Amino acid sequence: MKLTHVLALAVLSLGLAACQKPTQTKPVEEAPAAPAEGATTSGIDQNTAPSGASTLTAQQQALAQLRAKNVVYFDYDSSEIPQEYLAVVSANAGYLVKYPTARVRLEGNTDERGSREYNIGLGERRAQVVRRALMAQGVADAQMTTVSYGEERPAVEGHDEAAYSKNRRVEFVYAQ
Amino acid sequence: MQIPGVTGRRVLAQLLVLVASLAAMAAPARAQLRLDITEGVQDAVPVAVVPFGGQAEGGSTDVAAVVAGDLRLSGRFAPLDRQDMVTRPTSGGEIRFEDWRLLKSDYLVVGSVDGGGTAVAFELFNVQTGQQLLAERIPASGHDLRSVAHHISDLVFERLTGIPGAFSTRIAYVTVEGKAPARRHRLVVADADGFNPRTVAESGDPLMSPAWSPDGQSLAYVSFEGRSSAIFVQRLATGERRRVSARAGINGAPAFSPDGTRLALTLSRDGNLDIYVLELSTQALTRITTDDAIDTEAAWTPDGKTLYFTSDRAGSAQVYRVNLAEPAGVQRVTYTNGYNARPRLSPDGTALAMVTLDRGYRIGLMDLKTRNLRVLTTGSQDESPSFAPNGAVIIYASEDRGPGSLAMVSSDGRYQERLSSSRGDVREPAWSPYPTR
Repeated sequence: MKLTHVLALAVLSLGLAACQKPTQTKPVEEAPAAPAEGATTSGIDQNTAPSGASTLTAQQQALAQLRAKNVVYFDYDSSEIPQEYLAVVSANAGYLVKYPTARVRLEGNTDERGSREYNIGLGERRAQVVRRALMAQGVADAQMTTVSYGEERPAVEGHDEAAYSKNRRVEFVYAQ
Repeated sequence: MQIPGVTGRRVLAQLLVLVASLAAMAAPARAQLRLDITEGVQDAVPVAVVPFGGQAEGGSTDVAAVVAGDLRLSGRFAPLDRQDMVTRPTSGGEIRFEDWRLLKSDYLVVGSVDGGGTAVAFELFNVQTGQQLLAERIPASGHDLRSVAHHISDLVFERLTGIPGAFSTRIAYVTVEGKAPARRHRLVVADADGFNPRTVAESGDPLMSPAWSPDGQSLAYVSFEGRSSAIFVQRLATGERRRVSARAGINGAPAFSPDGTRLALTLSRDGNLDIYVLELSTQALTRITTDDAIDTEAAWTPDGKTLYFTSDRAGSAQVYRVNLAEPAGVQRVTYTNGYNARPRLSPDGTALAMVTLDRGYRIGLMDLKTRNLRVLTTGSQDESPSFAPNGAVIIYASEDRGPGSLAMVSSDGRYQERLSSSRGDVREPAWSPYPTR
């Protein structure tokens, strides 16, 4: 995970470097989304996971317990959180409320059916539904970011309902 | 693939999430597309393209083979097998038309590459009448023989069909290989016949929605490098790219205006996707749609005044249109079928290709005058239609319970063919405009 972040940073700087090549127009960098998040992520790594640390903090233990509860699955063509996944939302809300410095990225996904950019929209809608459910349980908006991958990052490869049902999902991805 | 500044740091280079390669160094994509005709036209016109003179067997580019391949690819012609050719004339004077009448070829192409390879001469004949339909000498210096051959195909096709050929164009597409977390996404540009594939961008995160600039020099695309979406515009000749939109939330579905000065795109605020138009030189952003639904996948009309797009404002995904001068007056375009999305205008603006749900997700074509929607394909997961610049053919992606491949269907639905890759998934084809000569 740490390696990923280092690489993400490396890539971001590469991307920025690429943007700074002589071009007629400056790239727009209105939103703090990617660069700031990447930078923050790396900071958390340094602060909370010093090399040689042998015991988990309470927060790390709490996070470890969420690992089994970090996906909400959706019904076909629906962005309503099914009853059986409300507990997943509550568990994550509890963690985020208890640790206000914790940051989560809500990744919305769809199955492969239909057009790709429209599915980006459907994935975003699902991520936003989860975001609002977390807010309703007291999570600060600033703790959350959303991204939609549409059908581009299937959890399960396959072209049947068994695969589709695992791909219509929102994943909770914590920044550490 | 090599990146300036990290040359030699191979491990890092291999792991880097995305590299926009300089075209000069662009890596040949490993898998070339292979063409299989899945449903040919019964009445394809028989034509013979005789091996050109001045070319050693098995030598450099076989001009006649490229021309025959192009004509076959068009779906409208059935080139004669070489081994059936009794004689091999290389100019009009050597032709004995009765031989070709016996072989039931309607048309005949003969020609030769001159000594130094500096020019290619060819002639086209009507076999029945013996009439010469074309005779041209094409300078070849500075061009590779393959592009000269495509040019010959263009001329022959236009002479015989009245439609300009699109064999000198290119297609962009996305390939995906491997399983997460080692999945690799590549944006590839190849000749229209699948040859010369070149990777122009590569990433561990998704690459999406390639769109050509109207001059054919640049591609806009979506990249999720760094775990959020951004739109890049990349010049193919230099590999230089510019990040034109990386706003919070979604940056998607780029589409160049016909004059190339503006980009229609999809952005989100609090999860609500809307269509915007970005002035590329000033970065001025104009919001076009304001509905509280998914509005995305904008496509420009050739006059640059109207956008067609996908919206689920009425519940299901349907196609709508909006006049840019009158953004409040959004009109619904599709009513049949429960799902119509990702519209693309034909080059002449008279027809609209889209993904429509008709027993499967299939490619539909709507005549904008009659509003009649015709389903052209028979797959279960056909998507991403893109018109050839002559409007005669639509390339699209097909995922029939297996890895994605590209397929083509003629705009009249009469023939279909498939471009498959030996490995990985192929998706999101985008047919380039005509090259600027």
